[in-house]
Amino acid sequence: MTIDAARGAPPSTGAQSPSAPPELVQLLTPEGERVEHPEYDVELTADEIKSLYRDLVIVRRLDQEALALTRQGELGVWASLLGQEAAQIGSGRALRPTDMAFPSYREHGVAWCRDVDPVSVLGLFRGVNHSGWDPREHNFHLYTIVIGSQSLHAAGYAMGIQRDGGDDAAIVYFGDGATSEGDVNESFVWSAAQNAPIVFFCQNNQWAISEPLERQSRIPLYRRAEGFGFPGIRVDGNDVFAVLAVTRKALDNARSGQGPTLIEAFTYRMGAHTTTDDPTRYRLEAELEAWKLKDPIERVKAYLVKNQMADKDFFESIDDEAKTIGSDVRRRCLELPDPEATAIWENVYATDHSLLAGERDQFTSYLGSFEEVTR
Amino acid sequence: MSTETLSLSRAMNEGLRKAMENDPKVLVMGEDVGKLGGVFRVTDGLQKDFGEARVIDTPLAESGIVGTAIGLALRGYRPVCEIQFDGFVFPAFNQITSQLAKMRMRSLGTLELPVVIRIPFGGGIGAVEHHSESPEAYFTHTGGLRVVACSNPSDAYTMIQQAIACPDPVIFFEPKRRYWDKAPVELDLSAAASFESAVVAREGTDVTLLAYGPMVKTCLEAAQADEERSIEVVDIRSLNPLDESTVMDSVRRTGRCVVVHEAPVFNGYGAELAARITEKCFYHLESPVLRVGGFSTPYPPSRLEDHYLPDLDRVLDAVDRTFEW
Repeated sequence: MTIDAARGAPPSTGAQSPSAPPELVQLLTPEGERVEHPEYDVELTADEIKSLYRDLVIVRRLDQEALALTRQGELGVWASLLGQEAAQIGSGRALRPTDMAFPSYREHGVAWCRDVDPVSVLGLFRGVNHSGWDPREHNFHLYTIVIGSQSLHAAGYAMGIQRDGGDDAAIVYFGDGATSEGDVNESFVWSAAQNAPIVFFCQNNQWAISEPLERQSRIPLYRRAEGFGFPGIRVDGNDVFAVLAVTRKALDNARSGQGPTLIEAFTYRMGAHTTTDDPTRYRLEAELEAWKLKDPIERVKAYLVKNQMADKDFFESIDDEAKTIGSDVRRRCLELPDPEATAIWENVYATDHSLLAGERDQFTSYLGSFEEVTR
Repeated sequence: MSTETLSLSRAMNEGLRKAMENDPKVLVMGEDVGKLGGVFRVTDGLQKDFGEARVIDTPLAESGIVGTAIGLALRGYRPVCEIQFDGFVFPAFNQITSQLAKMRMRSLGTLELPVVIRIPFGGGIGAVEHHSESPEAYFTHTGGLRVVACSNPSDAYTMIQQAIACPDPVIFFEPKRRYWDKAPVELDLSAAASFESAVVAREGTDVTLLAYGPMVKTCLEAAQADEERSIEVVDIRSLNPLDESTVMDSVRRTGRCVVVHEAPVFNGYGAELAARITEKCFYHLESPVLRVGGFSTPYPPSRLEDHYLPDLDRVLDAVDRTFEW
């Protein structure tokens, strides 16, 4: 008997398999057709759509560059965003500059939207620092690797917004696997009880390393929100228009005192979990091929072409620009200096700390003893 | 200068009140800290006076208390979290050790996390399990945290205000069995010693007792009871960073040392003190540094806690042994 059989069939109380064909908000089909939705819409000029297209292409290019750098031994590891570009650009472009975003560790596309220098995103993966940007300058918090921990930071930050007044909002990014974490569930409880101005943005990319969604949930993730007392909505995570529309609405609701929203962006991790992972051990090639037909970039391109908003020159110029940005990031990544040994003790405390000062001085003099010998 | 006689719990309350008056960014948050005033009444009346936005009755989720406090700190607030009992801090362990402690360093110094986590700790109150533990070593072992313990009402009043003013995260241990002890409290902080300093609580010449939190009183009583030897008692106060000079000066003068804490001796804070003292005071020592503390077991049922907890006799027994070398 298999474990599933032993566990029995899912309850018949209207429960829906978490990976069943989704009911989701879609405004742009994979073929590039604009469709209507009764509740959500977004009005975009040709220039705005071209700008979104540019974002999508550039972040995919940066991702490829980082993968190449990892294969060449220049980064220790890389968590690819391939396939999730629309979820990240759509939500990232829905934010105002004063909103605060709390990423996990795959939100390179959101980092791009928050004007974080792509090279500083690489520092963590190259091992020269744990984070390379000032979160206050970009309103983009540090990457958080312990799954789901950042959701509570976002909830607390949103409580701070409430106390300050004004209409900023917080958004927190996490994956399908993170929805099983206590911290994510606590942040749902907290934000609901406080009616905090926060958007929970779950990128359901179907896989938590090797574990499919069935290992995490018996119901679609967006439906969890109802039990916590706030709305949940599922959006086509590969549709940048729909993600933008849904995230804007959720942020507006947060700003106007209507509390949290859970957005489940239904998408797919086209690549491996990280460069150390091997998805061929646990998922079928056919699944990947099916999702390739729903590519987040191709559908925008098709829309632009069909509506004669962009020509060949435009697409070529974007490709060239992405290439240039990629090469520049590659060059500057290789130039990132290794930190001095004394950086180990820097910034651990705000003020002098006798224990650390003692260790640092002792180690510095130990290192100095080698210089004496070689001199 | 003005002094007032207060219980340790009341002194904590007055210290928190003062900090909240002085800085509108100071928040108090925890389970039952509002109308109830906390299970030890440390936050009594604060919600009435400062409102629900600043004194927050939280959901019953310790990870959430610390995690949201981090978020509030990132927004510019100075949250003071109450963990109701020592044994309840562990659900918050990831948020404290992996998030709070590391965030300044991970941000290359751009983020400041002025979060205080108050933990009533230690046994001796006849409580059920998980209400009598001494988890300090878990936190002194974690870079990025400051760890302090107050032992008397005056320090409670002063050190909580210093901890709240500190730009770093502070784990603030309160000796729960001493909450109702009363003593005069100096209300003017201007002449107060830094909360990073150890203090000589009682001068002596023959042996040094090192203690913090609830064991300071036990050591003072032991010193008082010993009619043959002159016992010095040092209140460590700041476990991390450690005020080494005050500790080492005392041990160099007396030549003998006993470390006393309620936490298990094995791998406890006393092991670190003993190692450092041996390294720094080797030629001054007349005998090895001895440790008195809890056993390497889960905290026992309360009917057995008198055996588990160091008391006056166990402390003096160790003092005797330092003279047997």
